Amino acid sequence: MSDAHAYPHEPTGVETRKLGFWIFLSTEILFFGTLITTFLIFKGRDFPGIKLTDVYDIPFTSVSSFVLLMSSLTMVLAHNALETDDQEKTRVWLLATAMLGAVFLAGQIYEFTEFYHKGFELSTNIFSSTFYVLTGFHGLHVFVGVVLLLALWGVGQRQRGLSLNEGMNLEFIALYWHFVDIVWIVLFTVVYLI
Amino acid sequence: MTKIIEPKKQRNIFSRPSSETGVWSWITTVDHKRIGIMYGYAAFFFLLVGGLEALLLRIQLSQPDNNFLSAAEYNAMFTMHGTTMIFLAIMPISAAFFNYLLPLQIGARDVAFPRLNALSFWIFVAGGLFLYSTFLFGTAGAPEGGYLDEEVSRLASAPNGGWFGYQPNAGLRYSPGTAMDYWAIGLQILGIASLVSAFNFITTILNMRTKGMRLMRMPVFTWMTFAVSFLLAFSLPIIAIALFFVTFDRQFGTTFFLTEGGGDPVLWQHLFWLFGHPEVYILILPAFGIVSEVLPTFSRKPLFGYPAIVFAGFGIAFIGFGVWAHHMFASAISPVAQAGFGLSTMIIAVPTGVKIFNWLGTIWGGKLTLNTPMLFALGFIGMFVIGGLSGVTHSVVPADTQQTDTYYIVAHFHYVLFGGALFGIFSGLYFWFPKVWGRMYNETMGKIHFWLMLIGFNVTFGPMHWLGLQGQVRRTWVYAEETNLGFWNLIVTIGAFILAVAILVFMANWIYSRRKGEKAPFDPWDARTIEWSIPSPTPVWNFSKAPEIKSLDDFWHQKYGEDEDGRAVRREGTDELLLKLEEEGLNPDEEIHLPSPSYFPLILAFGLPFLGYAVIYKSIPLALIGVILLLIGGFGWGTEPLEEEFETSEETPDAKESSTYE
Ligand code: HEM
Ligand SMILES: [Cu+2]
Repeated sequence: MSDAHAYPHEPTGVETRKLGFWIFLSTEILFFGTLITTFLIFKGRDFPGIKLTDVYDIPFTSVSSFVLLMSSLTMVLAHNALETDDQEKTRVWLLATAMLGAVFLAGQIYEFTEFYHKGFELSTNIFSSTFYVLTGFHGLHVFVGVVLLLALWGVGQRQRGLSLNEGMNLEFIALYWHFVDIVWIVLFTVVYLI
Repeated sequence: MTKIIEPKKQRNIFSRPSSETGVWSWITTVDHKRIGIMYGYAAFFFLLVGGLEALLLRIQLSQPDNNFLSAAEYNAMFTMHGTTMIFLAIMPISAAFFNYLLPLQIGARDVAFPRLNALSFWIFVAGGLFLYSTFLFGTAGAPEGGYLDEEVSRLASAPNGGWFGYQPNAGLRYSPGTAMDYWAIGLQILGIASLVSAFNFITTILNMRTKGMRLMRMPVFTWMTFAVSFLLAFSLPIIAIALFFVTFDRQFGTTFFLTEGGGDPVLWQHLFWLFGHPEVYILILPAFGIVSEVLPTFSRKPLFGYPAIVFAGFGIAFIGFGVWAHHMFASAISPVAQAGFGLSTMIIAVPTGVKIFNWLGTIWGGKLTLNTPMLFALGFIGMFVIGGLSGVTHSVVPADTQQTDTYYIVAHFHYVLFGGALFGIFSGLYFWFPKVWGRMYNETMGKIHFWLMLIGFNVTFGPMHWLGLQGQVRRTWVYAEETNLGFWNLIVTIGAFILAVAILVFMANWIYSRRKGEKAPFDPWDARTIEWSIPSPTPVWNFSKAPEIKSLDDFWHQKYGEDEDGRAVRREGTDELLLKLEEEGLNPDEEIHLPSPSYFPLILAFGLPFLGYAVIYKSIPLALIGVILLLIGGFGWGTEPLEEEFETSEETPDAKESSTYE
């Protein structure tokens, strides 16, 4: 940033925006932590009515989880492409990442509607409520991520393309995206597998 | 010669706001000082509103069997009073201090993310207005088995479930209508504001320190800001999720906290107090920071045990996460848990005691100047000790089950919050008044304010101790003649009006001194930290060049050396030094780039209340307005550079003029 030369800062050696972003991510852990804890507390209790195990389709969710995982890979590829200043490839991989994220979201919407039709609704019981709020909160994060990726892709259409050290930064969006992916791995394990 | 730097006026669709004076310059500002001042005024406004609510409560209680307020109105008033004082008055006033002082104390030109800072402020304003709009649009019906519908007036159309919104009382069945939704969503919005500012302050402290400002050379106020920011960052997410659950329960028929659907009301208590206890330290640590600056300055001695104060602050913050269930001794938690939490609560009193001894050690043998900030700091110590001691009595579980939900608890938390936090804040308001406005406050009026407040405070909250032990219960709008509680309740109400007068004196002093006060000398208090080494009022650029820090209390050591006996002696040439500093501070000799003002934080912030209304009224159009505002704000923000590209013109501005905010 242009004032950096006039004024000394960054005694930690970490770029300021990146540092701020890490702190933001560490609070995100608490958001999800609280939700997961609530989920686990209620999971052990008795509740009336239909259960997740009655409606879910593990193979389907595994595939959509795999899609989300792959999007982390394409995100890394986008980052690498930008490091070598290959604007063309960067854009392609960004778009691929956004698309994979969108596929995951579509899968989640499909899954939710399926569950709904089978009678597993938001207020069916305490388990279904925590399930929807927890996975929905994650879905919202994916949605925000997709919007950010598309916005970045849009910015990349400009004449001078993207760069690694400007306002809307690919690096932060990548960090965010990986974070959201990792959270999904935890959620998939906690909610579907155990 | 100074180079004046002007942003290019026109850039794609929106032209960037560029005025430097007038209302728009304030609305679009990203300058931490202006944001701090706005935080201060907005919070003070809410302090007055919360105070009025308290007076209504006290009028109702001044006599037995009174019917000045209906039960419904009383419930609304105490809920709004508590919520306002905590979230809309004390927290934002602390934020005002953080904003104004933090960059100055670490020698920075601004916070790490100036626009994000403006965003926090506007979200706070949006959240406060949203919460208070309940008096216009909200409804509060009669609860099942409670008072009657016709008792619910406009004044009662506000949240009424207490500031801690216990479930299931705050659920739909016992709090019908929309008022409690305004509460849950309003707090959600306010939480975002604090969370964003927490990221900002943590990053600022870590990364914006000037040369030589090592962590262990930072002023204690900066340290406490750091601790509070961590507390905010790690406790707000918990309450945010819990408030989500409440909103889902009330709006979408879930039962997270309602037993009838398998949910758990005690889970709400756990989540609330997991946030709530750290929250009380969020309220008090800024005051700790303030008095740790004021006491050494007016004792003319360094702070006794600086590292101990710093570590005790973090100790409190850390243990503060492990004591939450002491608010739940009367609920269904196991005896083992009760013993454990009782113990951890006693332990937290230890670092608190360390601080008190440090402050006493600081004034011990010092040359005390008993002016207004110092009086408030001393008053703070006295009142806080009383509140801390009654706090320890609550940590004894069998005793607490007698005290809980009585006026004894009300006495406790007012001694720590009013006698503690607010006295500390007043101390700071007087202490930094010359820095902010370049004028001195009126000392006589300041002292009248202090004594009225000290007396009024103790007359108000002292008797509550025995009223509580006699069994007067909290949050109840009448008591019977036969209980014999009338006399002391009347005294308490009189005390509350003395406090109101004290606040009026404060306001008169402020308004008068802002305009007509004597011009402040360069370093009015012969102070210790570097914010006093620049002119008052602070120039827009803060430091004309980055200061280099060589020790703790750097400014003091520039002025004073030691003789053989370790006594402070003013160095020769100090007067010249001060003149030189003033001269340099007003006339920077390099180009100064400041972040440009921006509309987008404001636009983004005001999208949130619309989303809130959309949830309450299940309205798609409102949701769309909210989303569109968020998108405009977010997109505009993302594409506008922090600083406009500059054209440099070779003019000499009148630096003195551009550095004031008239
Ligand atoms: C020595 C330190 C302290 C101890 C041991 C302590 C202990 C306690 C305990 C055990 C309670 C629960 C009583 C009950 O509800 O039955 C309580 C309530 C409370 N304390 Fe403290 N406290 C301390 C300091 C503080 C400070 C510094 C603040 C705020 C600045 C504070 C604010 C409150 C508030 C607001 C409540 C009441 C919450 C409510 O029920 O609405 N306390 N305290
Ligand atoms: Cu507590």
